[in-house]
Amino acid sequence: MTALEVKNLQKSFGKTQVLKGIDFSLDKGQVLVILGSSGSGKTTLLRCLNFLETPDTGSITVGGKVLYDSNDAATLDDETIRQNRLHFGLVFQNFNLFPQYTALQNVTLAPTLLKKATPQAIEEQGKQLLTRVGLADKMGNYPYQLSGGQQQRVAIARALALHPEVLCFDEPTSALDPELTSEVLRVIRGLKSADSTMIVVTHEMDFARSVADKVIYMADGVIEEMGTAEEVFENPQREKTKAFLRGAKEAF
Amino acid sequence: MSFLEVTAFLFEGFKISLLIFAVTLLCGAPLGLPIAFCSMSRFKVVKAISKVFVWIIRGVPLMLQIFIIYYVPGLLFDFQIFSQVDRYFFIEYGIADAGRIFAVLIAFTINYACYFSEIYRGGIESISRGQYEAGYVLGLTKSQIFRKIILKQVIQRIVPPMSNEIITLIKDTALANCIVVCEIIKQAKELAATKALVWPLFYTGVFYLLFVGVLTIVLGQVEKKLKYFRS
Ligand SMILES: Nc1ncnc2c1ncn2[C@@H]1O[C@H](COP(=O)(O)OP(=O)(O)O)[C@@H](O)[C@H]1O
Ligand SMILES: [Mg+2]
Repeated sequence: MTALEVKNLQKSFGKTQVLKGIDFSLDKGQVLVILGSSGSGKTTLLRCLNFLETPDTGSITVGGKVLYDSNDAATLDDETIRQNRLHFGLVFQNFNLFPQYTALQNVTLAPTLLKKATPQAIEEQGKQLLTRVGLADKMGNYPYQLSGGQQQRVAIARALALHPEVLCFDEPTSALDPELTSEVLRVIRGLKSADSTMIVVTHEMDFARSVADKVIYMADGVIEEMGTAEEVFENPQREKTKAFLRGAKEAF
Repeated sequence: MSFLEVTAFLFEGFKISLLIFAVTLLCGAPLGLPIAFCSMSRFKVVKAISKVFVWIIRGVPLMLQIFIIYYVPGLLFDFQIFSQVDRYFFIEYGIADAGRIFAVLIAFTINYACYFSEIYRGGIESISRGQYEAGYVLGLTKSQIFRKIILKQVIQRIVPPMSNEIITLIKDTALANCIVVCEIIKQAKELAATKALVWPLFYTGVFYLLFVGVLTIVLGQVEKKLKYFRS
């Protein structure tokens, strides 16, 4: 079953075209890993999917429902965009936790404000999610009392609390000290299941290879290569992909 | 005149100083908010008008602004509204200076609202875009994001600069004596003129110091209360 379909997504900032026509689709339960060097447009793509940027052209379809179509102005008003965002979740590179709330409050804030369930049920869910990401003993801590890796795990729990159909991660471990990346990657890997569709932008090659059902290599705003993890990692077709993978190998 | 009598006489004036302080704070602090939002408006005209207004109010001495508020209506329309208010309140209620105090309150409120607006603007603009975006991604509305996420962080950041302004404010109330409002220094000058007593003028400093001491403690407590998180 197709969970997400992206067609001809284009986005420019002023005169620079950052996304030059992105097409891909993703089945329910699949994990898509996006690779690409800095500046290739990965973040912009995730921001378009989460409606933090409005694409210039193209369409985004989730579970058969057209959320955005540049030819249909009705998909563009504020309230529609807000509703659309609920289909996606986004975990940021630098966490963006709310500093005045505890770990648990960070997780329960949005479900509470959006009246997703009774307060007791929301709190119960929050505790379960934090337990799931290994933070059962840190629920009452404020973000400044947590390490980077713990903060990122709270951010993951926060995103999960709204049950997004597609959960996106933008370089979730890039802001972390090397010794903290594995705990976050382990949590993300643990989320992989038949009904959680995920898109992960990462530079962690071993992780990418082991978790991905599908891999996209982006360069200069286009999909340079797309395939299964095995196809892209073992047998890349394009020169740019080969060079990128060689570079990644040398770096570690 | 005994020390106690002088103290009581000066305290009558200090009540006026405190009145100016309280009204300016209670009216100026909320009024600063719409001005801050105008200064950050997407509409260029609104933004420009707001910025020019703030520039003028912050760029001209407060004493001059008091003179302008007090005298200009009379010069323009030949109607000295504040003197009329003065007379009315004196005849009806036996209260002196009401019109002058009213003029001072208007000048102070506008002046401080502009200073506060700049503090608010700085506080709001210092919150990272990521905080808004984290809210958007969770499907929250703009107003929920402002009220539930941004506001408290802004308050935490603006308390120290606000404390500064508030402490400056109590001392600025002395400017009211430029249009002969009977605040504490005016009272002391009266004693110098009529009773040849100069020391009460210096004694007024004690009133300010005690009040600023109380303010410092209270504002310090507020600051401490808000320090439970770090952003
Ligand atoms: N808001 C923006 N305004 C102008 N240029 C931007 C903006 N956001 C991203 N860009 C540009 O778009 C390009 C792609 O950025 P990005 O999507 O962040 O790439 P990546 O995440 O792959 O490193 C970069 O050249 C960047 O400078
Ligand atoms: Mg990026």
